[in-house]
Amino acid sequence: MTVVSESPQRTDSEATAPALDITGLTKRFGATTAVDGIDLHMPRGQLLALLGPNGAGKTTTVELCEGFLRPDAGSVRVLGLDPIAAGSALRPLIGVMPQGGGAYPGIGCAEMLRLVASCAANPLDADWLLDVLGLSSCGRTPFKRLSGGQQQRLSLACAIITRPELVFLDEPTAGMDPQARRLVWELLGALRADGVSVLLTTHLMEEAETLADHVVIIDHGRIVASGSPAALTDGGAENTQVRFRARAGLDTGLLTAALPEGYAVHETSPGSYHVDGTADPQVISAVTAWCAQQGVLAEQLHVGKRDLEDVFLELTGRELRT
Amino acid sequence: MTDTAPRFAPGTFTPAPGRGNTGRMLVTYARIETLLTLRHGEQILLTLLIPLALLVGLTVLDVIPMGELTTGPGDPVSKVDWVTPRILALAVMSSAFTGQAISLGFDRRYGALKRLSATALPRWTLVTGRIMSALVVVVVQVLALGGIAALLGWQPRLAALPMAVLLLVVGTISFGALGVLLGGALRAEIVLALANIVWFVLLGAGGILLAPTALPDGLAVVVRLLPSGALAEGLRAVFVDGTTAWSQLGVLAVWGVGAAALATRTTKLS
Repeated sequence: MTVVSESPQRTDSEATAPALDITGLTKRFGATTAVDGIDLHMPRGQLLALLGPNGAGKTTTVELCEGFLRPDAGSVRVLGLDPIAAGSALRPLIGVMPQGGGAYPGIGCAEMLRLVASCAANPLDADWLLDVLGLSSCGRTPFKRLSGGQQQRLSLACAIITRPELVFLDEPTAGMDPQARRLVWELLGALRADGVSVLLTTHLMEEAETLADHVVIIDHGRIVASGSPAALTDGGAENTQVRFRARAGLDTGLLTAALPEGYAVHETSPGSYHVDGTADPQVISAVTAWCAQQGVLAEQLHVGKRDLEDVFLELTGRELRT
Repeated sequence: MTDTAPRFAPGTFTPAPGRGNTGRMLVTYARIETLLTLRHGEQILLTLLIPLALLVGLTVLDVIPMGELTTGPGDPVSKVDWVTPRILALAVMSSAFTGQAISLGFDRRYGALKRLSATALPRWTLVTGRIMSALVVVVVQVLALGGIAALLGWQPRLAALPMAVLLLVVGTISFGALGVLLGGALRAEIVLALANIVWFVLLGAGGILLAPTALPDGLAVVVRLLPSGALAEGLRAVFVDGTTAWSQLGVLAVWGVGAAALATRTTKLS
């Protein structure tokens, strides 16, 4: 590992440095290599989504960027600064939303937000932020009594109230209801529009597909795909896919047997079916014929380019991770 | 989104980073820590109600062996004068050690430390703020317990005050360091159990309720070297005997320095 001594003061070049510059980043925990030689470059003002199955190394990567973990090899520069050696210079510039939130169990929601705001020179107005995030009514509720979604929204508020240049959001919409999730997506869009760089980790393909300028898929600590959502899902004509919805638990083995040679059907989530292989008229006909024979109504029959979930499952496999 | 007006006006989040005023950060942080302790029911029970019950109980009831109530032959000491210094030592141990360890254990569980260490709050303010808060809590305890003791007839020697204050401050910091050592390293439930067991053992056999002179010789030597024994005996020496307590201060300081040195290596954020 190359150790470059950093002055705690920011130089002009650091003020224009990319949001993230990661090369050969490696982190091991005992025998497990959680992050295995990641290279990542993120220009300022971008929203980058880090996708991956559980245990892929997303949180470890984020915590290496935040300075909570020390890399075993490689280098991390966040806004041009080493998160460990120049941590005290970096921390005022970034906002952090740790996975699962973080606050004193007995602290009031508003109290916690004001405490974090007091660390910043030009914070946003805490009352306004509580209000837009729907937390005004629980301003005095102790953190441990907030619902999971409320804790997440408070944690998000803590990450952005200091008006940072770069925010790290580890699964920001986990545990939120659909309304709150839409609100957070709108907020993230506003952050990006105002020039804040955002790195978020997520399991939600829709989140990555709608919000991100750039998507990085990692698995087993390695980057397996990287690009804009459009570039990742654009595989040309041979990648036209067939998907449909029907009642959950169809016998996919029987349906596969009814399809032309080389095609297979998977239930990607309960009631969502995906036909592996390039779509053509014979396959569509075979699928609908089989459904008719079984008395199954295939809804939302979709023939088109693959979506991010298809790409994700192709790259990371369909097996459940334990 | 089909909302007619955008919820977030352009420019709302334009970056304007910067570290807040250090003094203000420190005061805000220490204030929050203090408030969280003072409004936590179990903490109040531990830090005020139990010491208060023991103070009143031991003063009013005939449970102390009368042989202990002397500083020397033919020099009787009133019960409240004998009890109060020991109760003050208990108060410090309860809040700075047991209370501190338990709250730190659960603060870590809920991610509070990680959250705060990701802000611009400098690391030294996290330690300093917690010490300030522990001292404020001890001031509240001493005023409350000392006030009740005075009503019960406690007459502290005024000349003893400077040394007593020094003992209370060093005792708070040393017990605090021990509390951080325990609360910063283990799982919250284990911290909760251990901190209470240690409290109970030190209360009974660590020189707080029973003076070392009431114990077998070998044990008495050990007890005088415990932080609980040192603090209780130090406060007894200055308040009851009117002597200095430099050796007890030394014992407390050694515990504090040792615990702090170890805690800097073992304390985990979550």
